[in-house]
Amino acid sequence: MAQSRPSSKPSKRATKDATAKPSAGKRTPRAEDAASGADADPTVAMVRSLAAIVEQHGLNELIVDLPDATLTLRRGLPQSAPEVGAVLAPGPTVSIAPQPPVALPAPEPPAPEPPAPDNHHVVTSPFVGTFYRRPNPDSEPYVALGARVNEGEVLCIVEAMKLMNEIEADAVGTVAAILVEDGGAVEYGQALFKIAPL
Amino acid sequence: MFRKVLVANRGEIALRIIRALREMGIRSVAVHSQADADALHVKFADEKVCIGPGPSVHSYLSMPSIISAAEITRADAIHPGYGFLAENADFAEVCQKCDISWIGPPPALMRLMGDKIQARAAMEAAGVPVLPGSSALDSEDELLAAAERVGYPLILKAAAGGGGRGMKIVREPSRLVADWHVGRNEALAAFKSAEMYMERYCERPKHIEIQVIADHHGNVAHLGERECSVQRRHQKVIEEAPSAVLDEQIRGQFTEAAVNAVRAIDYSSVGTLEFLLDEDGRFYFMEMNTRLQVEHPVTEMTWGVDLVREQVRIAAGEELSFSALRPRGHAIELRINAEDPETFAPWPGKITALNIPGGLGVRVDTHIYEGYVVPPHYDSLLAKLIVYDASRDAALRRARRCLDEFVIEGIRTNLPFHRRIIDHAEFQSGHYDTGFVARLLAGR
Repeated sequence: MAQSRPSSKPSKRATKDATAKPSAGKRTPRAEDAASGADADPTVAMVRSLAAIVEQHGLNELIVDLPDATLTLRRGLPQSAPEVGAVLAPGPTVSIAPQPPVALPAPEPPAPEPPAPDNHHVVTSPFVGTFYRRPNPDSEPYVALGARVNEGEVLCIVEAMKLMNEIEADAVGTVAAILVEDGGAVEYGQALFKIAPL
Repeated sequence: MFRKVLVANRGEIALRIIRALREMGIRSVAVHSQADADALHVKFADEKVCIGPGPSVHSYLSMPSIISAAEITRADAIHPGYGFLAENADFAEVCQKCDISWIGPPPALMRLMGDKIQARAAMEAAGVPVLPGSSALDSEDELLAAAERVGYPLILKAAAGGGGRGMKIVREPSRLVADWHVGRNEALAAFKSAEMYMERYCERPKHIEIQVIADHHGNVAHLGERECSVQRRHQKVIEEAPSAVLDEQIRGQFTEAAVNAVRAIDYSSVGTLEFLLDEDGRFYFMEMNTRLQVEHPVTEMTWGVDLVREQVRIAAGEELSFSALRPRGHAIELRINAEDPETFAPWPGKITALNIPGGLGVRVDTHIYEGYVVPPHYDSLLAKLIVYDASRDAALRRARRCLDEFVIEGIRTNLPFHRRIIDHAEFQSGHYDTGFVARLLAGR
């Protein structure tokens, strides 16, 4: 039995909750490497495919009850005290809690890496509206991932009531994450960009 | 019929509307402030959009945010509930310009009834009794001449006012000019319009209102009266239907006047005409509310009509779902507020324990739950306890029983105040007027 848990309310919704947005910026190079390598271990393979589901649907947590174990995939930085099991990557994190008395073949625990402190500045939407990354459909995006931005530089447009509101960076740094798809709906206060300080 | 409706409100009324939509098979969109992220209307809607921070001026009163939320969710209609933007004709017009249906009356009629001087004139023209009074008073000369004609005591009212704000009762001619100036300044501050008019002041009136409903096909109906004379500082505390004191003859005059008025102005949607009933049994038009009322459930219980469902149907161009109806039994609504029962100071905070009364003939419209934190940004209404029974006496006993079952811990509520009213002989007699609560509190 699988249950998915968006981080906030259990209501169905079309517009995604701000907190359930993929935090794309947290994917570390090491996690990407691990994801690209082939692996014969069925447990690891299953975890990989579940991680892909978490990523694809923007879930914060995925709990899978198996006959002999419970798998918990949680997005974001590891909690202060990770559950029994292995932390594969800072995001999404995966922990496997064995249910006694069954012993699960323990996946190779990768050397734990201290998670990078998230000192990113988050740019949030000041309006309800539609998020656009470019001034018009034929243009280049205002900013690309990794681009350096200055304070006051336009990052995107949030359209509300047919008005195009340019959203400016309120910090200097590089664009570490773009958290909303081009053309997606955004709520008030929803995180749009992460900016890593220089 | 609509596919998806956005509910531009919060609290019990948002939930009330979402329930009706669910039963009609219409998807609902809740909008909410950051302070209401855990609110029940948000949890029970099909979709939700955060539209701003806690203060309502940046969220529930923000027209651009609400329209934008309707656009990103592709809602085809907006239900405004009551309060907030429900009587804002500009908002209704913006909705229509954005191709979003407005679940309410035509904006022009909202504007007409929002101006109390124009509303008074329109009602007078429709043959509805109005108190002796004046049109707009723009100079001291006009003021003095009007007072001469109307007589004392008189009441100065703001043209843009409502809900008891911007009123001055004048008993002495010597106070007239000074009170007019103060009233103008208050009206300007509260409503951005200093326009004032006057009416003769009724000393011990009853507040009786008539529920009306009209569709776009020429069908007009009244759904009887609601007795709303239990008021504290012009805020209704308890409402009941029918009134204990109206005889069939006066009731007939009331309802006929209301239906005539609705036909005369070509109104559509649900609406309420508020009247004063004086000690001599004469009634006078006070104002018309162009929206759903807080106390609409007492009408629903006695007439067996879902007013929200009818309102949505009308906005979608359908006809009234009923023709000849008769009311049955008696319903009483008690407004349970988060406030100190003695000082009436608002009392936000966390509800640590909750028991909601139930049983036959009991309806509780509420958005609270155990663990809910009453935010400080909004009005203090926690729940509407509505009881129904075959007679007024039986309904009173049921109300008393429910008050004893109702437990709300962690915050202060006016439940004890309601017990005082229900136990009071004057209330029980049915012969109470709008001064009843003030006398009760003054110990007279």
